[in-house]
Amino acid sequence: MTIKQLSVFLENRAGRLDEVLEVLAANDINIVALSMADTADYGMLRMIVNHPEKGRNVLREAGITAMLTDVVALRVPHATGSLSKAMHQIVEGEVNVEYMYAFANGTDASAVIRCDDPLKVIDILKESGFDVWGEEAYHANEL
Amino acid sequence: MAKVTMEKWKERIRDPKNECMSRDEMHALQSERLVKQVKNVYENVVFYREKMDAMGLEPGDIKGIEDITKLPFTTKEDLRNNYPFGLLAVPQSKIVRVQGTSGTTGKLTLASYTQKDVDVWSECVARCLTMAGLTEEDRLHVCYGYGLFTGGMGIDLGARKLGCMAIPMSSGNTQRQLMCMEDFGATAFACTPSYALYLAEAAQEAGIIDKLQLKASINGAEPWTEEMRLKIEESFNINTFDIYGLCEITGPGVAMDCIHHKGLHVNEDYFYPEVLDSVDHTPCEDNETGELVFTTLVKEGMPLIRYRTKDLTSIDHSPCACGRTLPRIQKFTGRTDDMKVIRGVNVFPTQVEAVLLNMGGGVAPHYMMIVDRVNNLDVLTVMVEVDEHFFSDQIRELDALRKRIAEALKQALGLSVVVKLVEPKTIQRSEGKAKRVIDNRNLV
Repeated sequence: MTIKQLSVFLENRAGRLDEVLEVLAANDINIVALSMADTADYGMLRMIVNHPEKGRNVLREAGITAMLTDVVALRVPHATGSLSKAMHQIVEGEVNVEYMYAFANGTDASAVIRCDDPLKVIDILKESGFDVWGEEAYHANEL
Repeated sequence: MAKVTMEKWKERIRDPKNECMSRDEMHALQSERLVKQVKNVYENVVFYREKMDAMGLEPGDIKGIEDITKLPFTTKEDLRNNYPFGLLAVPQSKIVRVQGTSGTTGKLTLASYTQKDVDVWSECVARCLTMAGLTEEDRLHVCYGYGLFTGGMGIDLGARKLGCMAIPMSSGNTQRQLMCMEDFGATAFACTPSYALYLAEAAQEAGIIDKLQLKASINGAEPWTEEMRLKIEESFNINTFDIYGLCEITGPGVAMDCIHHKGLHVNEDYFYPEVLDSVDHTPCEDNETGELVFTTLVKEGMPLIRYRTKDLTSIDHSPCACGRTLPRIQKFTGRTDDMKVIRGVNVFPTQVEAVLLNMGGGVAPHYMMIVDRVNNLDVLTVMVEVDEHFFSDQIRELDALRKRIAEALKQALGLSVVVKLVEPKTIQRSEGKAKRVIDNRNLV
Protein backbone atom coordinates (compact mmCIF):
# COMPACT_ATOMS: atom_id res chain seq x y z
CA MET A 1 0.00 0.00 0.00
CA THR A 2 0.99 3.60 -0.50
CA ILE A 3 1.34 6.12 2.28
CA LYS A 4 0.54 9.82 2.38
CA GLN A 5 3.34 12.31 2.14
CA LEU A 6 2.70 15.88 3.28
CA SER A 7 4.10 18.31 0.68
CA VAL A 8 4.43 22.03 1.30
CA PHE A 9 5.20 24.80 -1.17
CA LEU A 10 7.62 27.26 0.38
CA GLU A 11 8.03 30.71 -1.01
CA ASN A 12 11.57 31.91 -0.88
CA ARG A 13 11.35 34.35 1.98
CA ALA A 14 12.87 34.66 5.39
CA GLY A 15 11.23 32.62 8.11
CA ARG A 16 8.83 30.65 5.92
CA LEU A 17 10.18 27.23 6.91
CA ASP A 18 10.15 28.27 10.52
CA GLU A 19 6.46 29.22 10.21
CA VAL A 20 5.58 25.85 8.73
CA LEU A 21 7.41 23.88 11.41
CA GLU A 22 5.90 26.00 14.13
CA VAL A 23 2.35 25.31 12.91
CA LEU A 24 3.09 21.58 12.83
CA ALA A 25 4.65 21.61 16.29
CA ALA A 26 1.80 23.59 17.80
CA ASN A 27 -0.61 20.93 16.51
CA ASP A 28 1.34 17.91 17.75
CA ILE A 29 2.38 16.80 14.30
CA ASN A 30 5.52 14.71 14.56
CA ILE A 31 7.84 14.58 11.57
CA VAL A 32 9.16 11.09 10.84
CA ALA A 33 11.11 11.96 7.70
CA LEU A 34 11.79 15.13 5.81
CA SER A 35 13.31 16.20 2.54
CA MET A 36 13.68 19.63 1.10
CA ALA A 37 14.14 20.51 -2.56
CA ASP A 38 14.94 24.02 -3.58
CA THR A 39 14.80 26.04 -6.77
CA ALA A 40 15.82 29.65 -7.31
CA ASP A 41 12.34 30.88 -6.44
CA TYR A 42 10.78 28.45 -4.05
CA GLY A 43 11.30 25.30 -2.09
CA MET A 44 9.32 22.09 -1.74
CA LEU A 45 9.19 20.51 1.67
CA ARG A 46 8.20 16.84 1.70
CA MET A 47 7.47 15.02 4.91
CA ILE A 48 6.22 11.79 6.39
CA VAL A 49 4.32 12.77 9.52
CA ASN A 50 2.29 10.99 12.16
CA HIS A 51 -1.06 12.51 11.07
CA PRO A 52 -0.88 13.55 7.39
CA GLU A 53 -4.53 14.67 7.00
CA LYS A 54 -4.44 16.74 10.16
CA GLY A 55 -1.07 18.15 9.12
CA ARG A 56 -2.44 19.33 5.80
CA ASN A 57 -5.55 20.82 7.38
CA VAL A 58 -3.72 22.83 10.04
CA LEU A 59 -1.28 24.17 7.45
CA ARG A 60 -4.10 25.20 5.13
CA GLU A 61 -5.88 26.94 7.95
CA ALA A 62 -2.67 28.86 8.53
CA GLY A 63 -2.70 29.94 4.89
CA ILE A 64 0.12 27.64 3.80
CA THR A 65 -0.15 25.68 0.57
CA ALA A 66 0.03 22.01 1.49
CA MET A 67 -1.10 18.84 -0.21
CA LEU A 68 -1.00 15.08 0.26
CA THR A 69 0.82 12.90 -2.22
CA ASP A 70 0.80 9.10 -2.50
CA VAL A 71 4.28 7.68 -2.11
CA VAL A 72 5.80 4.26 -1.57
CA ALA A 73 7.92 3.70 1.55
CA LEU A 74 10.30 0.86 0.81
CA ARG A 75 12.04 -0.99 3.64
CA VAL A 76 15.59 -1.87 2.89
CA PRO A 77 17.88 -3.86 5.13
CA HIS A 78 21.14 -2.33 6.33
CA ALA A 79 23.10 -4.32 3.77
CA THR A 80 25.27 -2.95 1.02
CA GLY A 81 23.57 -3.16 -2.35
CA SER A 82 20.01 -3.65 -1.14
CA LEU A 83 18.79 -0.24 -2.41
CA SER A 84 20.61 -0.84 -5.68
CA LYS A 85 18.83 -4.15 -6.07
CA ALA A 86 15.44 -2.59 -5.39
CA MET A 87 16.05 0.24 -7.85
CA HIS A 88 17.13 -2.25 -10.45
CA GLN A 89 13.78 -4.02 -10.18
CA ILE A 90 11.89 -0.72 -10.50
CA VAL A 91 13.83 0.23 -13.62
CA GLU A 92 13.20 -3.21 -15.10
CA GLY A 93 9.49 -2.64 -14.51
CA GLU A 94 9.75 0.61 -16.52
CA VAL A 95 8.42 2.85 -13.79
CA ASN A 96 9.71 6.41 -13.68
CA VAL A 97 10.98 7.64 -10.30
CA GLU A 98 10.39 11.37 -9.71
CA TYR A 99 12.35 11.68 -6.51
CA MET A 100 13.44 9.72 -3.49
CA TYR A 101 14.70 10.32 0.02
CA ALA A 102 15.52 8.04 2.91
CA PHE A 103 15.28 7.75 6.66
CA ALA A 104 16.73 5.23 9.04
CA ASN A 105 14.82 3.02 11.42
CA GLY A 106 16.44 1.01 14.14
CA THR A 107 16.97 -2.26 12.34
CA ASP A 108 16.55 -1.21 8.73
CA ALA A 109 16.19 1.88 6.56
CA SER A 110 13.33 3.28 4.52
CA ALA A 111 13.35 4.90 1.13
CA VAL A 112 10.39 7.12 0.25
CA ILE A 113 9.73 6.88 -3.47
CA ARG A 114 7.53 9.14 -5.56
CA CYS A 115 6.86 7.65 -8.99
CA ASP A 116 4.27 7.75 -11.73
CA ASP A 117 2.79 4.34 -10.85
CA PRO A 118 3.06 3.63 -7.11
CA LEU A 119 0.87 0.51 -7.12
CA LYS A 120 2.99 -1.13 -9.79
CA VAL A 121 6.15 -0.34 -7.83
CA ILE A 122 4.70 -1.99 -4.76
CA ASP A 123 3.91 -5.14 -6.75
CA ILE A 124 7.39 -5.18 -8.24
CA LEU A 125 9.05 -4.72 -4.86
CA LYS A 126 6.97 -7.33 -3.12
CA GLU A 127 7.58 -9.85 -5.85
CA SER A 128 11.32 -9.22 -5.45
CA GLY A 129 11.13 -9.96 -1.74
CA PHE A 130 11.12 -6.38 -0.45
CA ASP A 131 8.78 -5.06 2.17
CA VAL A 132 6.92 -1.74 2.00
CA TRP A 133 5.59 0.29 4.91
CA GLY A 134 1.91 0.70 5.53
CA GLU A 135 0.47 3.38 7.77
CA GLU A 136 2.75 2.19 10.56
CA ALA A 137 5.40 4.31 8.81
CA TYR A 138 3.65 7.36 10.31
CA HIS A 139 4.79 6.17 13.69
CA ALA A 140 8.22 4.77 12.81
CA ASN A 141 10.88 5.52 15.41
CA GLU A 142 8.24 6.84 17.81
CA LEU A 143 9.32 6.60 21.42
CA MET B 1 -31.45 34.37 -10.65
CA ALA B 2 -28.64 34.02 -13.05
CA LYS B 3 -27.02 35.20 -16.18
CA VAL B 4 -29.46 36.12 -18.96
CA THR B 5 -28.54 34.97 -22.45
CA MET B 6 -28.57 37.39 -25.35
CA GLU B 7 -31.67 35.66 -26.80
CA LYS B 8 -33.64 36.16 -23.59
CA TRP B 9 -32.31 39.66 -22.88
CA LYS B 10 -34.90 42.42 -22.85
CA GLU B 11 -33.19 45.74 -23.56
CA ARG B 12 -34.41 48.65 -21.49
CA ILE B 13 -33.58 52.23 -22.45
CA ARG B 14 -34.22 54.93 -19.86
CA ASP B 15 -34.28 57.96 -22.14
CA PRO B 16 -34.91 56.79 -25.71
CA LYS B 17 -35.30 60.35 -26.97
CA ASN B 18 -31.72 61.30 -26.08
CA GLU B 19 -30.07 57.89 -26.12
CA CYS B 20 -31.42 56.97 -29.56
CA MET B 21 -31.54 60.31 -31.37
CA SER B 22 -30.20 60.66 -34.90
CA ARG B 23 -26.66 61.94 -35.46
CA ASP B 24 -28.08 65.19 -36.90
CA GLU B 25 -30.28 65.81 -33.88
CA MET B 26 -27.39 65.06 -31.53
CA HIS B 27 -25.14 67.36 -33.52
CA ALA B 28 -27.64 70.20 -33.18
CA LEU B 29 -28.12 69.59 -29.46
CA GLN B 30 -24.37 69.47 -28.80
CA SER B 31 -23.77 72.61 -30.89
CA GLU B 32 -26.38 74.57 -28.98
CA ARG B 33 -24.95 73.42 -25.66
CA LEU B 34 -21.32 74.03 -26.58
CA VAL B 35 -21.95 77.58 -27.78
CA LYS B 36 -23.69 78.34 -24.50
CA GLN B 37 -21.00 76.65 -22.40
CA VAL B 38 -18.12 78.48 -24.11
CA LYS B 39 -19.85 81.81 -23.51
CA ASN B 40 -20.36 80.78 -19.89
CA VAL B 41 -16.74 79.85 -19.18
CA TYR B 42 -15.43 82.93 -20.99
CA GLU B 43 -17.57 85.16 -18.83
CA ASN B 44 -17.20 83.34 -15.52
CA VAL B 45 -13.86 81.51 -15.38
CA VAL B 46 -10.72 83.65 -15.44
CA PHE B 47 -8.61 80.65 -16.47
CA TYR B 48 -10.57 80.11 -19.69
CA ARG B 49 -10.93 83.79 -20.50
CA GLU B 50 -7.16 84.24 -20.29
CA LYS B 51 -6.49 81.13 -22.35
CA MET B 52 -8.94 82.16 -25.06
CA ASP B 53 -7.72 85.75 -25.09
CA ALA B 54 -4.16 84.51 -25.50
CA MET B 55 -5.29 82.49 -28.53
CA GLY B 56 -7.23 85.42 -29.92
CA LEU B 57 -10.42 83.41 -29.58
CA GLU B 58 -13.80 84.91 -28.79
CA PRO B 59 -16.91 83.03 -27.69
CA GLY B 60 -18.55 84.14 -30.95
CA ASP B 61 -15.97 82.13 -32.93
CA ILE B 62 -17.56 78.95 -31.67
CA LYS B 63 -20.69 78.47 -33.76
CA GLY B 64 -21.19 74.75 -33.46
CA ILE B 65 -19.72 71.50 -32.19
CA GLU B 66 -17.41 71.28 -35.23
CA ASP B 67 -15.58 74.37 -33.91
CA ILE B 68 -14.55 72.52 -30.75
CA THR B 69 -11.05 71.88 -32.12
CA LYS B 70 -10.39 75.63 -31.94
CA LEU B 71 -10.72 75.60 -28.17
CA PRO B 72 -7.85 75.24 -25.72
CA PHE B 73 -7.18 72.03 -23.76
CA THR B 74 -7.51 71.61 -20.03
CA THR B 75 -5.07 69.30 -18.26
CA LYS B 76 -4.81 67.74 -14.83
CA GLU B 77 -1.98 70.21 -14.23
CA ASP B 78 -4.41 73.09 -14.83
CA LEU B 79 -6.75 71.58 -12.25
CA ARG B 80 -3.90 71.32 -9.78
CA ASN B 81 -2.84 74.92 -10.38
CA ASN B 82 -6.38 76.10 -9.72
CA TYR B 83 -6.94 73.83 -6.74
CA PRO B 84 -9.34 73.73 -5.04
CA PHE B 85 -11.95 76.23 -6.28
CA GLY B 86 -10.21 78.27 -8.98
CA LEU B 87 -12.23 76.89 -11.89
CA LEU B 88 -15.72 77.49 -10.51
CA ALA B 89 -18.13 79.15 -12.94
CA VAL B 90 -20.72 79.88 -10.24
CA PRO B 91 -20.57 81.55 -6.82
CA GLN B 92 -19.48 79.10 -4.14
CA SER B 93 -22.93 79.31 -2.55
CA LYS B 94 -24.34 77.41 -5.55
CA ILE B 95 -22.04 74.43 -4.92
CA VAL B 96 -23.83 71.62 -3.10
CA ARG B 97 -21.04 69.05 -2.96
CA VAL B 98 -17.45 68.28 -3.85
CA GLN B 99 -15.90 64.98 -4.87
CA GLY B 100 -12.28 64.11 -5.37
CA THR B 101 -10.01 61.68 -7.13
CA SER B 102 -8.98 58.52 -5.40
CA GLY B 103 -5.38 59.38 -6.29
CA THR B 104 -2.92 58.51 -3.59
CA THR B 105 -0.08 60.83 -4.51
CA GLY B 106 0.08 64.54 -3.87
CA LYS B 107 -2.90 66.87 -3.82
CA LEU B 108 -6.15 65.37 -4.92
CA THR B 109 -8.16 66.56 -7.86
CA LEU B 110 -11.34 68.19 -6.65
CA ALA B 111 -14.58 68.64 -8.56
CA SER B 112 -17.47 70.87 -7.47
CA TYR B 113 -21.13 70.24 -8.27
CA THR B 114 -24.24 72.42 -8.28
CA GLN B 115 -27.59 70.77 -7.62
CA LYS B 116 -28.19 70.59 -11.37
CA ASP B 117 -24.78 68.90 -11.84
CA VAL B 118 -25.77 66.31 -9.24
CA ASP B 119 -29.09 65.79 -11.06
CA VAL B 120 -27.35 65.26 -14.40
CA TRP B 121 -24.88 62.86 -12.80
CA SER B 122 -27.74 60.90 -11.18
CA GLU B 123 -29.57 60.72 -14.48
CA CYS B 124 -26.48 59.45 -16.31
CA VAL B 125 -25.88 56.70 -13.74
CA ALA B 126 -29.60 55.80 -13.85
CA ARG B 127 -29.24 55.37 -17.63
CA CYS B 128 -26.28 53.05 -17.01
CA LEU B 129 -28.08 50.97 -14.38
CA THR B 130 -30.99 50.61 -16.81
CA MET B 131 -28.50 49.50 -19.45
CA ALA B 132 -27.50 46.71 -17.03
CA GLY B 133 -31.15 45.63 -16.90
CA LEU B 134 -31.92 47.06 -13.45
CA THR B 135 -35.34 48.43 -12.53
CA GLU B 136 -36.95 49.74 -9.35
CA GLU B 137 -37.46 46.09 -8.36
CA ASP B 138 -33.72 45.57 -7.92
CA ARG B 139 -31.49 45.65 -4.85
CA LEU B 140 -28.09 47.13 -5.64
CA HIS B 141 -25.21 46.33 -3.29
CA VAL B 142 -22.64 49.12 -3.60
CA CYS B 143 -19.15 48.24 -2.43
CA TYR B 144 -17.43 51.19 -4.01
CA GLY B 145 -16.06 53.47 -1.34
CA TYR B 146 -18.34 56.27 -0.15
CA GLY B 147 -16.62 59.55 0.52
CA LEU B 148 -14.69 61.90 -1.68
CA PHE B 149 -14.21 59.12 -4.24
CA THR B 150 -17.05 59.34 -6.78
CA GLY B 151 -17.62 55.58 -7.00
CA GLY B 152 -19.91 54.97 -4.03
CA MET B 153 -21.81 58.24 -4.15
CA GLY B 154 -22.21 58.14 -7.93
CA ILE B 155 -23.75 54.68 -8.06
CA ASP B 156 -25.90 55.57 -5.06
CA LEU B 157 -27.25 58.69 -6.78
CA GLY B 158 -28.11 56.63 -9.86
CA ALA B 159 -29.90 54.01 -7.78
CA ARG B 160 -31.90 56.75 -6.08
CA LYS B 161 -32.88 58.24 -9.45
CA LEU B 162 -33.84 54.83 -10.82
CA GLY B 163 -35.74 53.97 -7.67
CA CYS B 164 -34.03 50.69 -6.95
CA MET B 165 -32.87 49.80 -3.46
CA ALA B 166 -29.32 50.93 -2.72
CA ILE B 167 -27.35 48.96 -0.14
CA PRO B 168 -24.57 51.40 0.77
CA MET B 169 -21.90 48.97 1.97
CA SER B 170 -18.89 51.02 0.90
CA SER B 171 -15.62 49.08 0.65
CA GLY B 172 -13.88 46.71 3.03
CA ASN B 173 -14.81 43.86 5.36
CA THR B 174 -15.46 41.17 2.78
CA GLN B 175 -17.12 38.70 5.16
CA ARG B 176 -19.69 41.30 6.12
CA GLN B 177 -20.19 42.25 2.47
CA LEU B 178 -21.05 38.63 1.69
CA MET B 179 -23.32 38.26 4.69
CA CYS B 180 -25.33 41.34 3.67
CA MET B 181 -25.31 40.34 0.02
CA GLU B 182 -26.91 37.04 0.98
CA ASP B 183 -29.24 38.29 3.72
CA PHE B 184 -30.62 41.29 1.81
CA GLY B 185 -30.92 39.34 -1.42
CA ALA B 186 -28.90 41.74 -3.53
CA THR B 187 -29.70 41.31 -7.23
CA ALA B 188 -26.74 43.36 -8.45
CA PHE B 189 -23.52 44.78 -7.10
CA ALA B 190 -21.06 47.49 -8.05
CA CYS B 191 -17.32 47.61 -7.31
CA THR B 192 -13.93 47.52 -9.02
CA PRO B 193 -13.36 44.44 -11.22
CA SER B 194 -10.47 43.24 -9.06
CA TYR B 195 -12.64 43.37 -5.97
CA ALA B 196 -15.45 41.57 -7.83
CA LEU B 197 -13.08 38.68 -8.46
CA TYR B 198 -11.99 38.69 -4.85
CA LEU B 199 -15.63 38.63 -3.73
CA ALA B 200 -16.22 35.64 -6.01
CA GLU B 201 -13.31 33.77 -4.44
CA ALA B 202 -14.51 34.58 -0.95
CA ALA B 203 -18.11 33.61 -1.75
CA GLN B 204 -16.95 30.31 -3.20
CA GLU B 205 -14.86 29.63 -0.12
CA ALA B 206 -17.74 30.45 2.20
CA GLY B 207 -19.93 28.12 0.12
CA ILE B 208 -22.62 30.75 -0.45
CA ILE B 209 -22.07 31.62 -4.08
CA ASP B 210 -25.08 29.56 -5.18
CA LYS B 211 -27.31 31.14 -2.55
CA LEU B 212 -26.81 34.66 -3.87
CA GLN B 213 -29.62 36.16 -5.96
CA LEU B 214 -27.30 38.20 -8.15
CA LYS B 215 -28.04 38.74 -11.81
CA ALA B 216 -25.67 41.56 -12.71
CA SER B 217 -22.57 43.43 -11.66
CA ILE B 218 -21.40 46.88 -12.65
CA ASN B 219 -17.65 47.22 -12.50
CA GLY B 220 -15.19 49.92 -13.36
CA ALA B 221 -12.74 52.50 -11.99
CA GLU B 222 -9.70 50.56 -13.17
CA PRO B 223 -8.67 49.25 -16.58
CA TRP B 224 -9.61 45.62 -17.12
CA THR B 225 -9.85 43.15 -19.94
CA GLU B 226 -12.72 41.39 -21.68
CA GLU B 227 -11.23 38.13 -20.32
CA MET B 228 -11.58 39.45 -16.79
CA ARG B 229 -15.17 40.47 -17.48
CA LEU B 230 -15.99 36.95 -18.69
CA LYS B 231 -14.26 35.47 -15.65
CA ILE B 232 -16.46 37.54 -13.31
CA GLU B 233 -19.57 36.54 -15.30
CA GLU B 234 -18.62 32.90 -15.05
CA SER B 235 -17.69 32.99 -11.36
CA PHE B 236 -21.02 34.44 -10.27
CA ASN B 237 -23.12 33.28 -13.24
CA ILE B 238 -24.27 36.85 -13.90
CA ASN B 239 -24.11 39.54 -16.57
CA THR B 240 -21.27 41.96 -16.01
CA PHE B 241 -21.04 45.52 -17.31
CA ASP B 242 -18.22 48.00 -17.59
CA ILE B 243 -18.90 51.51 -16.27
CA TYR B 244 -16.55 54.41 -16.88
CA GLY B 245 -16.17 57.84 -15.48
CA LEU B 246 -13.82 60.30 -13.90
CA CYS B 247 -14.53 62.79 -11.20
CA GLU B 248 -13.27 65.77 -13.21
CA ILE B 249 -16.07 65.14 -15.70
CA THR B 250 -18.71 63.87 -13.24
CA GLY B 251 -17.79 60.43 -11.86
CA PRO B 252 -19.08 57.00 -12.92
CA GLY B 253 -21.78 57.26 -15.55
CA VAL B 254 -19.86 59.04 -18.27
CA ALA B 255 -20.02 55.81 -20.29
CA MET B 256 -21.12 52.21 -19.91
CA ASP B 257 -21.31 49.11 -22.08
CA CYS B 258 -24.59 47.44 -23.00
CA ILE B 259 -25.31 43.72 -23.23
CA HIS B 260 -23.61 43.56 -26.63
CA HIS B 261 -20.27 44.57 -25.06
CA LYS B 262 -19.06 46.29 -28.19
CA GLY B 263 -17.71 49.36 -26.43
CA LEU B 264 -19.04 51.78 -23.82
CA HIS B 265 -21.88 54.15 -24.77
CA VAL B 266 -20.89 57.73 -23.92
CA ASN B 267 -23.61 59.99 -22.58
CA GLU B 268 -22.51 62.49 -25.19
CA ASP B 269 -25.47 64.81 -24.81
CA TYR B 270 -23.76 65.83 -21.56
CA PHE B 271 -20.11 64.91 -22.10
CA TYR B 272 -18.75 65.46 -25.57
CA PRO B 273 -15.99 62.96 -26.38
CA GLU B 274 -13.08 63.48 -28.75
CA VAL B 275 -10.35 60.96 -29.48
CA LEU B 276 -7.14 62.69 -30.43
CA ASP B 277 -3.80 61.57 -31.76
CA SER B 278 -1.50 61.37 -28.76
CA VAL B 279 1.31 63.18 -30.55
CA ASP B 280 -0.17 66.03 -32.60
CA HIS B 281 -3.64 66.09 -30.97
CA THR B 282 -5.51 66.04 -34.25
CA PRO B 283 -8.84 64.15 -34.25
CA CYS B 284 -8.60 60.40 -34.85
CA GLU B 285 -10.89 58.62 -37.28
CA ASP B 286 -13.47 56.21 -35.84
CA ASN B 287 -11.78 53.05 -34.48
CA GLU B 288 -8.36 54.72 -34.37
CA THR B 289 -6.72 54.75 -30.94
CA GLY B 290 -5.86 58.01 -29.27
CA GLU B 291 -6.31 60.02 -26.10
CA LEU B 292 -9.85 60.55 -24.87
CA VAL B 293 -10.79 64.20 -24.31
CA PHE B 294 -14.06 65.42 -22.81
CA THR B 295 -15.97 68.68 -22.82
CA THR B 296 -18.74 69.01 -20.24
CA LEU B 297 -21.59 70.52 -22.25
CA VAL B 298 -23.98 71.44 -19.45
CA LYS B 299 -21.88 71.41 -16.28
CA GLU B 300 -22.46 74.46 -14.08
CA GLY B 301 -20.10 74.14 -11.10
CA MET B 302 -16.78 73.35 -12.72
CA PRO B 303 -17.26 73.13 -16.48
CA LEU B 304 -14.25 71.77 -18.33
CA ILE B 305 -13.38 72.41 -21.95
CA ARG B 306 -11.44 69.68 -23.79
CA TYR B 307 -10.19 67.96 -20.67
CA ARG B 308 -7.41 65.50 -21.44
CA THR B 309 -8.17 62.26 -19.62
CA LYS B 310 -4.91 60.45 -20.46
CA ASP B 311 -7.09 57.40 -21.14
CA LEU B 312 -6.36 55.67 -24.44
CA THR B 313 -9.26 54.40 -26.52
CA SER B 314 -11.00 54.64 -29.89
CA ILE B 315 -14.55 55.69 -30.72
CA ASP B 316 -17.24 54.19 -32.94
CA HIS B 317 -20.22 56.33 -34.00
CA SER B 318 -22.12 53.54 -35.81
CA PRO B 319 -25.49 52.57 -34.26
CA CYS B 320 -25.45 49.71 -31.77
CA ALA B 321 -27.59 46.56 -31.86
CA CYS B 322 -29.10 47.65 -28.53
CA GLY B 323 -30.83 50.54 -30.28
CA ARG B 324 -28.77 53.36 -28.83
CA THR B 325 -27.06 55.86 -31.09
CA LEU B 326 -24.75 57.09 -28.32
CA PRO B 327 -21.23 56.46 -29.68
CA ARG B 328 -19.12 53.73 -28.13
CA ILE B 329 -15.60 54.06 -26.83
CA GLN B 330 -13.52 50.92 -26.70
CA LYS B 331 -12.90 49.26 -23.37
CA PHE B 332 -9.77 50.77 -21.91
CA THR B 333 -6.46 49.11 -22.45
CA GLY B 334 -4.96 51.48 -19.96
CA ARG B 335 -4.21 55.01 -19.05
CA THR B 336 -1.14 56.64 -20.47
CA ASP B 337 -0.22 56.91 -16.78
CA ASP B 338 -0.34 53.12 -16.21
CA MET B 339 1.75 52.31 -19.22
CA LYS B 340 5.29 51.29 -18.46
CA VAL B 341 8.07 51.64 -20.97
CA ILE B 342 10.32 48.66 -20.36
CA ARG B 343 13.35 48.33 -22.59
CA GLY B 344 11.59 50.59 -25.02
CA VAL B 345 8.47 48.43 -25.15
CA ASN B 346 5.12 49.82 -24.03
CA VAL B 347 3.58 47.51 -21.47
CA PHE B 348 0.12 47.75 -19.92
CA PRO B 349 -0.86 45.71 -16.86
CA THR B 350 -4.04 44.65 -18.69
CA GLN B 351 -1.89 42.78 -21.23
CA VAL B 352 -0.53 40.61 -18.43
CA GLU B 353 -4.03 40.07 -17.11
CA ALA B 354 -5.24 38.89 -20.54
CA VAL B 355 -2.36 36.42 -20.84
CA LEU B 356 -3.02 34.91 -17.41
CA LEU B 357 -6.73 34.54 -18.11
CA ASN B 358 -5.95 32.87 -21.42
CA MET B 359 -3.64 30.27 -19.89
CA GLY B 360 -6.54 27.85 -19.61
CA GLY B 361 -6.13 27.23 -15.90
CA GLY B 362 -3.22 26.70 -13.58
CA VAL B 363 -2.99 30.31 -12.52
CA ALA B 364 -5.27 32.83 -10.88
CA PRO B 365 -5.65 36.25 -12.53
CA HIS B 366 -3.94 37.93 -9.62
CA TYR B 367 -0.50 39.27 -10.36
CA MET B 368 2.04 41.90 -9.52
CA MET B 369 4.51 43.42 -11.93
CA ILE B 370 7.85 44.59 -10.65
CA VAL B 371 10.15 46.63 -12.82
CA ASP B 372 13.81 46.82 -11.81
CA ARG B 373 16.90 48.15 -13.42
CA VAL B 374 19.77 45.67 -13.21
CA ASN B 375 23.09 46.68 -14.77
CA ASN B 376 21.35 49.41 -16.75
CA LEU B 377 18.89 46.92 -18.15
CA ASP B 378 15.19 46.95 -17.31
CA VAL B 379 13.93 43.69 -15.90
CA LEU B 380 10.24 42.91 -15.64
CA THR B 381 9.28 40.35 -13.05
CA VAL B 382 5.73 39.11 -12.91
CA MET B 383 4.59 37.39 -9.74
CA VAL B 384 1.81 34.96 -10.49
CA GLU B 385 -0.39 33.02 -8.12
CA VAL B 386 -0.63 29.33 -8.83
CA ASP B 387 -4.17 27.98 -8.76
CA GLU B 388 -4.73 25.89 -5.64
CA HIS B 389 -6.18 23.00 -7.61
CA PHE B 390 -3.22 22.90 -9.91
CA PHE B 391 -0.62 22.69 -7.20
CA SER B 392 1.76 19.83 -7.51
CA ASP B 393 4.60 18.70 -5.29
CA GLN B 394 6.60 17.99 -8.42
CA ILE B 395 8.99 20.78 -9.24
CA ARG B 396 9.02 19.61 -12.84
CA GLU B 397 5.34 20.43 -13.27
CA LEU B 398 5.55 23.79 -11.55
CA ASP B 399 8.55 24.64 -13.65
CA ALA B 400 6.76 23.68 -16.83
CA LEU B 401 3.90 25.97 -15.81
CA ARG B 402 6.34 28.81 -15.11
CA LYS B 403 7.91 28.37 -18.52
CA ARG B 404 4.54 28.31 -20.25
CA ILE B 405 3.56 31.58 -18.59
CA ALA B 406 6.90 33.20 -19.42
CA GLU B 407 6.58 32.13 -23.04
CA ALA B 408 2.99 33.42 -23.32
CA LEU B 409 3.98 36.75 -21.75
CA LYS B 410 6.93 37.07 -24.09
CA GLN B 411 4.66 36.49 -27.06
CA ALA B 412 2.12 39.04 -25.87
CA LEU B 413 4.46 41.77 -24.66
CA GLY B 414 7.39 41.30 -27.00
CA LEU B 415 9.66 41.28 -24.01
CA SER B 416 11.38 38.63 -21.92
CA VAL B 417 9.78 38.36 -18.52
CA VAL B 418 10.93 36.74 -15.30
CA VAL B 419 8.01 34.76 -13.90
CA LYS B 420 7.88 33.96 -10.21
CA LEU B 421 5.26 31.56 -8.94
CA VAL B 422 3.81 32.44 -5.58
CA GLU B 423 1.40 30.70 -3.26
CA PRO B 424 -2.34 30.99 -3.82
CA LYS B 425 -3.96 34.02 -2.21
CA THR B 426 -0.70 35.71 -1.28
CA ILE B 427 -0.89 38.62 -3.68
CA GLN B 428 -2.72 41.36 -1.87
CA ARG B 429 -6.38 41.68 -2.82
CA SER B 430 -7.53 45.22 -3.19
CA GLU B 431 -10.81 46.52 -1.94
CA GLY B 432 -10.57 49.53 -4.17
CA LYS B 433 -8.36 50.01 -7.16
CA ALA B 434 -5.80 47.25 -7.50
CA LYS B 435 -2.14 48.18 -7.49
CA ARG B 436 -0.50 46.02 -10.14
CA VAL B 437 2.87 47.61 -10.77
CA ILE B 438 5.84 48.44 -8.64
CA ASP B 439 8.49 50.38 -10.49
CA ASN B 440 11.81 50.30 -8.67
CA ARG B 441 13.76 52.07 -11.38
CA ASN B 442 15.39 55.27 -10.28
CA LEU B 443 15.62 57.22 -13.45
CA VAL B 444 17.72 60.33 -13.48
